[in-house]
Amino acid sequence: MNNNLNRIIGSLFISCLFMMGCGTDDTQTVATFNNLVAEDNFDVDGEIDTSFWNFDIGDGSEQGIPGWGNNELQFYTDRSENVTVENGFLLITAQEEDFNGAQYTSARLQTKGKIQQRYGRFEARIRLPFGQGMWPAFWLLGDDSDGSVSPQIGEIDIMENTGDAPTEIFGTVHGPGYSGENSISKKYTLVNSRVDTGFHIYGIEWGPDYINYYVDNVLYYQVTPEDVDEETDGEGEWVFNDRQFYIILNLAVGGNLPGSPNEETVFPQTMVVDYVRVYTNGIN
Amino acid sequence: MKNIKHINLKTICSLILVMIVLSGCDRDLSDEAVFATFPNTADIFTDSPIGLTDRFFISFDPALGANTEAFGTDDDVAYEGNSSIRIDVPSSNDPNGSFVGGIFLDRGEGRDLTGYTALSFWARGSITATIGLVGFGTDFEENKFLVERSNIQLSTDWRKYIVPIPDPSKLIQESGMFVFSAGGLDIIDSVPNGNEIGYTFWIDELRFENLGTIAQLRPAIFSGEDLIEQGFVGSTRLVTDLGATFNAPTGEDITVGPAPSYFDFSSSNTNVAFVNELGLIQIVGEGTTTITGQLNGVLAEGSLSLEVLGSFVGAETPPERDSSDVISIFSDAYTNVNNLNFAAFNDQNVQIETQNLNGDQIVTYDNLSFVGLGWDGTEDVSGMTHLHVDVQLSSSANPAFTVQLIDFGPNNTDDGTQGGDDTGGGFTIPSSELIEGAWVGIDIPINAFTEATAGGFAGSPNLNNIARVALVSNGSSFVIDNVYFYRE
Repeated sequence: MNNNLNRIIGSLFISCLFMMGCGTDDTQTVATFNNLVAEDNFDVDGEIDTSFWNFDIGDGSEQGIPGWGNNELQFYTDRSENVTVENGFLLITAQEEDFNGAQYTSARLQTKGKIQQRYGRFEARIRLPFGQGMWPAFWLLGDDSDGSVSPQIGEIDIMENTGDAPTEIFGTVHGPGYSGENSISKKYTLVNSRVDTGFHIYGIEWGPDYINYYVDNVLYYQVTPEDVDEETDGEGEWVFNDRQFYIILNLAVGGNLPGSPNEETVFPQTMVVDYVRVYTNGIN
Repeated sequence: MKNIKHINLKTICSLILVMIVLSGCDRDLSDEAVFATFPNTADIFTDSPIGLTDRFFISFDPALGANTEAFGTDDDVAYEGNSSIRIDVPSSNDPNGSFVGGIFLDRGEGRDLTGYTALSFWARGSITATIGLVGFGTDFEENKFLVERSNIQLSTDWRKYIVPIPDPSKLIQESGMFVFSAGGLDIIDSVPNGNEIGYTFWIDELRFENLGTIAQLRPAIFSGEDLIEQGFVGSTRLVTDLGATFNAPTGEDITVGPAPSYFDFSSSNTNVAFVNELGLIQIVGEGTTTITGQLNGVLAEGSLSLEVLGSFVGAETPPERDSSDVISIFSDAYTNVNNLNFAAFNDQNVQIETQNLNGDQIVTYDNLSFVGLGWDGTEDVSGMTHLHVDVQLSSSANPAFTVQLIDFGPNNTDDGTQGGDDTGGGFTIPSSELIEGAWVGIDIPINAFTEATAGGFAGSPNLNNIARVALVSNGSSFVIDNVYFYRE
């Protein structure tokens, strides 16, 4: 573990020097898992790769969680107005429109049963939307095919943002004893930059008993079973060593966390994804 | 990474080569293409003024009520360091002036601000008052690139405020470093009626900054409305109500008012109208065109669609007269009264616009119920025989048009209709004489203003202290020109 962290900190230091030398660059070397096992670079215009992605459709009612469990306001569709690939980017677009009883439409893609694994590095390069009520996320949910349910299956939120805070993102874990409002989370503030003006790389490196969170070339957070113990007075259970997790990309509108859009919110708003990549370290 | 470095080096090498080649073989270009560059100093005030004129603060005109005593520095209060700007906003009845405001000017030839995205400063107030105006780009000359942010709310603790630069690339030589204006706080009502109280606010760490956290520029012209208007060849109109909305690092939107020169205006049909960099639309031909604007490459919300049917035919030019035979209120043919006000009083719905058509000024009153033309002082028209008005009806149904005179009486004061020595009376033009789209010259005998007014005057006013010519209608629309008293 310590070795691992030292390696990461070491490479962080090196990458900082390197970055300063070369100016801005999209690549980062904070992460050390380099065995690429799955990626979608969204290279085919107008087409979502269904060997990679599934669509979640609706307002969550069919799944038994109306408002997707958070009183969210959008109806998810797989229409091109809400999700498409253009110029090498995945575009997830929130529209203001009356649709099946909802005021807004958007999209949610996930990789359940297609791309999922235990441990690894999960990374995406994303430009986020802006404005009150926007709630984009890049996250992982534990595979529930054994009949387990949330929060036992675990949730790793690699990146979440609320559109009213254009310089901040946060990384979070949910599990038994620390789910919903009691989840364990850390905020990261971009330095003299915003989430909606350019692309940033959001990722985690996840191994036995740790999850490391990074943005671009900055490793900003590590969560371990000890942190869960401390945050939950020993009540919480580490559920990230037992099962595979799959990827979710979505743009929610409104809901408990961001609150509803207001008069200043501009529609449509688009979450632009350059790539999603999954790596292993070749060990775990 | 190594590859990138290599490429950079190669690029730099070839760039240097190109420069050498250029300076070697193209003497004319290098002699003439020397662009002056100006310092890019960011700081304006930290613990003392940085690179400002010796006067530091240049007040607005005291004749307009600006209080020149209210500005100073404070060595006991600072956000950082040991001094701040201290502004003691006067109460509205302060004998030294009812508001404080002015500018800071660069002491040199101006600064290069192209590398910055915002003006920023920290401020706190003695109370949670609102500063009416902060900004930059005002130099008391052209004010070519002024930017104004209105009504910033003070806290009693230090807060950071930003004024985004709409398009930094325009600011290669800017002298106007800061502008502000503040009046007293009204805690009773929000009407400027003399009950506003004074307060103090402090400003510190005033500078230009390259903030990467301001984004999502959304410009607007005409307040973001898509206007449709008719125009006449030879007339002009300004692009008005300019705005630039940014999203701040806090997630809030900030809207500033930029000068027209930040925008690139365009007309979809330049045979009909064109727009200059000051936002002046000049109508030159018949047809239709749409006026739009861009700010820093972003299309502005709002537009003006102009339908130009032809030239406007002016009213008949009044005859030459000896100056002693005319008292002119509004005519390009005579010398007019001083400081004519096209609406000294008016109803809520009337739309008033003056237009200059090939050197002939006209005034339009659309949807008119009543309006009063006023001016400085009063006029003795008792020696005149008639009042002349040129009127063109521009609405269709059932017009009504009454002209009234109001006399302020020997005390030369507006006493209203309740007591005092004021008198007034009206003359109604028969509606059959009004013709849509055509000028009608009306000459009303000076003693014919016999009708009582709705405001309460009895009619047949005294003629020695005339202060208003009022026009009364039923919501009809008119173009007016050549309002003057004369004697035959």
